Amino acid sequence: MSTATIDAPTRTLTPVRRSWLSDVWLVMTRELRPVVREPFSVVFGLIQPLVFLGLFGPLLVGSVGETGGLSSTDVWQWFVPSILVMTTLFGTSTTGSNLQFEMQTGAHERLLVTPLSRSSQLVGRSLKEMVPLVAQAVILVLVMLPFGFRADPVGAPIGLAMLAVLGVGLGSLSYALAIAVRKQEWMFWAVQQTVLFPLLILSGMLLPLETGPHWMKVASAFDPLRWVVEAERALFAGDLTSSAVAAGWLAAVLTAVVGLAVGVRTLLRSTD
Amino acid sequence: MIQTRGLTKDFVVSSSETVHAVRGIDLDIAPGELVAVLGPNGAGKSTTMRMLTTLVRPTSGSATVAGVDVVADPAAVRRNIGYVGQGNGAGHQQRAGDELTLQGRVYGLDRAAAQRRTAELLDALDLTALARRKVSDLSGGQRRRLDVALGLVHAPRLLFLDEPTTGLDPHNRANLWEHISRLRTEHDMTIVLTTHYLDEADTMAERVVVVDHGQIIADDTADGLKRTLAGDRVVLTVAVGGTASRVASIVEALPGARDVTIAGDRVEARVADAGAAVPELVLAASGAGAPLLEALAVRPTLDDVFLALTGRSLRDGADTTTTEEAAA
Repeated sequence: MSTATIDAPTRTLTPVRRSWLSDVWLVMTRELRPVVREPFSVVFGLIQPLVFLGLFGPLLVGSVGETGGLSSTDVWQWFVPSILVMTTLFGTSTTGSNLQFEMQTGAHERLLVTPLSRSSQLVGRSLKEMVPLVAQAVILVLVMLPFGFRADPVGAPIGLAMLAVLGVGLGSLSYALAIAVRKQEWMFWAVQQTVLFPLLILSGMLLPLETGPHWMKVASAFDPLRWVVEAERALFAGDLTSSAVAAGWLAAVLTAVVGLAVGVRTLLRSTD
Repeated sequence: MIQTRGLTKDFVVSSSETVHAVRGIDLDIAPGELVAVLGPNGAGKSTTMRMLTTLVRPTSGSATVAGVDVVADPAAVRRNIGYVGQGNGAGHQQRAGDELTLQGRVYGLDRAAAQRRTAELLDALDLTALARRKVSDLSGGQRRRLDVALGLVHAPRLLFLDEPTTGLDPHNRANLWEHISRLRTEHDMTIVLTTHYLDEADTMAERVVVVDHGQIIADDTADGLKRTLAGDRVVLTVAVGGTASRVASIVEALPGARDVTIAGDRVEARVADAGAAVPELVLAASGAGAPLLEALAVRPTLDDVFLALTGRSLRDGADTTTTEEAAA
């Protein structure tokens, strides 16, 4: 057994007070470290979108479009942006389970008793979501280029940035849900699944809403994903000045602002 | 170092049910003390610690920790304390060394200082070889030592340990306490410990605060509690059947003897000084024609103290999760 002593205790070092932004950075890098070291989760998260692209995409040929359907090439311009948003949705909406695990083990509690600003703990975790989702989106775009998908060199990066903003909001909401149902863990998945599929279907990312009933079109107006999906299609096609792009940004930013506000508030209230 | 007055925590479970987890605790802990807060699960000891560490807000009353009010300036409290919770503080997907370095950065150390501190703590707690290991790959004892290291990164003046050895085998418990005791001496720390291991409170703590139903019901050294609240016991087994009642009469005649009970061939009683009483009783029993097969002098345990205080054994409730704990 070691008999080493600990020299120069930090009590004599006068630790520096950290800024909120540096707290956010610390939390974000802590969350990213396992993802970077073991990118299995990023790769695993690509299986589902690739299955949709491979098995669902071909079914859309001839059935999507206002004038009797799209060609096999044009269908990717419609469907790949959808899949990018879907990947963002699935990836970030489940991320609360990571926090749930840290609440079960005690790691979350440990951080709550440190000088780390509590809001930074939520914001840092949420900002981390941008990295894996953008990495996945880039891979998906690259995979689809040989199949005829066209990514506008200006619109595509803007589209990825919009996805990142959306992901921060969805991730925050997922964390908020995990904290809110911390005493009934099963509720996390029950709520997540219940909310996920209506959002998915009403966004029109899998099938066009134009042929749906009127009530669905009305309901879809309240689904932020719908506006982001339409914006992504416009951006990847190079239609940068489309009103859909502005609407998409508005929806993504609103989701992020609301998500972060709800997330931070839920975290702060969890210790009352 | 710690002062609470009327510290209270209620948990509203539903519109018709409120759990009174902590009911007006007054507690003073001086710098350098090692205090064990003892009680069964659900007694309110963890909730008390969670209020002192700013994990939950008190419903009423006041608490000052390291000179800072826990409600008025919780962030300042957090800068001044170390905390080792019941669970594993290190993220399971993280590497042991990374978590320690991050903890140092969190407390304001620059990267180089945090890495130096990490190396010191890993060495002091026999974890150096595991620095690059994922926390999920560590054994229970290794994780617990890592938790203690995380609580000590900033060399706090005050360390809270919430059931630090729960789930560890006796060897690992002893090992962990050896580390904690040494580090405490080196850093002159005040330690507040919650536990439901009686032997741990008995041997490690210089002062024992017994909590039950959210209130402090006793506060003294372990020896003081045992001396004043429980007393020694003698356990006598008669060699000849049917003579137990005769031996009981002899015991009852002993000055200060009380609670004399007979169970078959066994006679038990509380006495002032069991060590002095046993030889006297052996001789007296033999002289009265009721020789003893066995005569034991039993020093009281903290469980005897708890039994004397509440009429219940601490061991009875050791593994019972109560509504209070679930609400917390």
